[in-house]
Amino acid sequence: MASTAEIQSGLAEILEEVAGVAPADATPEKSFTEDLDVDSLSMVEIATAVEDKFGVAIPDDELGGIKTVGDAISFIEKNQ
Amino acid sequence: MSSTIQLPAGSPGAQILGVGEYRPRRRVTNDELSQTMDTNDEWIRTRVGIRERRWAEADETVVEMSVAAGGKALAASGLSPEDVDLVVVASCSLPTQIPGAGPEVAYRLGIPRPGGFDVNAGCAGFCYALAAASDAIRAGSARHALVVGVEKLTDVVDMSDRSTAVIFADGAGAMVLGPSDEPGIGPVVWGSDGDQRDAIAIPAEGQPDAGNLTMAGQAVYRWATTKLTDTLQQAMDRAGVTAADIDVFAPHQANLRIIELMAKRLGLPGSTVIARDVAQAGNTSSASVPLAISALLESGEAKSGDLALLLGYGAGLTFAGQVVRLP
Repeated sequence: MASTAEIQSGLAEILEEVAGVAPADATPEKSFTEDLDVDSLSMVEIATAVEDKFGVAIPDDELGGIKTVGDAISFIEKNQ
Repeated sequence: MSSTIQLPAGSPGAQILGVGEYRPRRRVTNDELSQTMDTNDEWIRTRVGIRERRWAEADETVVEMSVAAGGKALAASGLSPEDVDLVVVASCSLPTQIPGAGPEVAYRLGIPRPGGFDVNAGCAGFCYALAAASDAIRAGSARHALVVGVEKLTDVVDMSDRSTAVIFADGAGAMVLGPSDEPGIGPVVWGSDGDQRDAIAIPAEGQPDAGNLTMAGQAVYRWATTKLTDTLQQAMDRAGVTAADIDVFAPHQANLRIIELMAKRLGLPGSTVIARDVAQAGNTSSASVPLAISALLESGEAKSGDLALLLGYGAGLTFAGQVVRLP
């Protein structure tokens, strides 16, 4: 089980790798599309990278509900 | 009375002898599309990598485009129409269910009474048809085959739907195959995931979006970027080659981001030429692989004798990949 801090830093690494988001910008209140300029296809890449890293499943219908970095962190916490 | 069924000797291998293409006259840029729908060049280029596409006009039918591409492939092969005894047309946008296009395309090209049929395997159609024709030659069921991939997707796309109208387009590509001692077409690795049949579909009458091509973009993107690298690796393994041997990588031209991700995950060497015809052609489904190969041969980026890794994938969902030697 990864801690909240571990999830946040792991997610920041994925965001940097997939979408070139600076790790310092990947804070919980940020919206992926509005604030971080992550498009719908990059969201899919982030989801599959999160699945590999944290061993969770993020189906496409759940992915639509994940709007912010904080949403992603709580989804991983609940489902890991 | 039981007699033994006799089989023909067949051929040790099959090879590609000629490639041909037809691109519709009308070139449609992203800027032109942005005048009639809420989209823009930057959005289209960053999401799918398309700069322009071709839209067929009324006289550029599925059969006409097939005849044009097939005739060029035949001329490039150096064969006469009389030499061809199998014609396979891969398409999912024929305007009528009956009859299929294969017999008419053959007739129009002067190919006398060949085996003629169509293949509908979505955007994987050309690679399925190539495998079927190659195996027919190896088994001795045919000697020379014409394989066409053709689409007029603008007939089945809602041209006011910006999620599909900017992506799908029209065109035809063709290859002529013949027997060979040294195999020029590797074993196919094909399969399907029918549980995702709704991911790309033209819904039937009475359903939402009836008659229009629909695509669950995120689901298809996820499937293509996670499930198909193994297929490509298996196609190389079964042909006895490695990523270092691949001169040309020509996957289905659906989305530049998928193409780049696949190339990266396969570990192709920097010297491998990667087909990026999607930028000029849009997504032409069954036509995209032969169109991409034709463009690379025409520009000189790909050369005769090069080993090319092909992959088709699409509605079904279906996929098929093989290694081939270019003519």
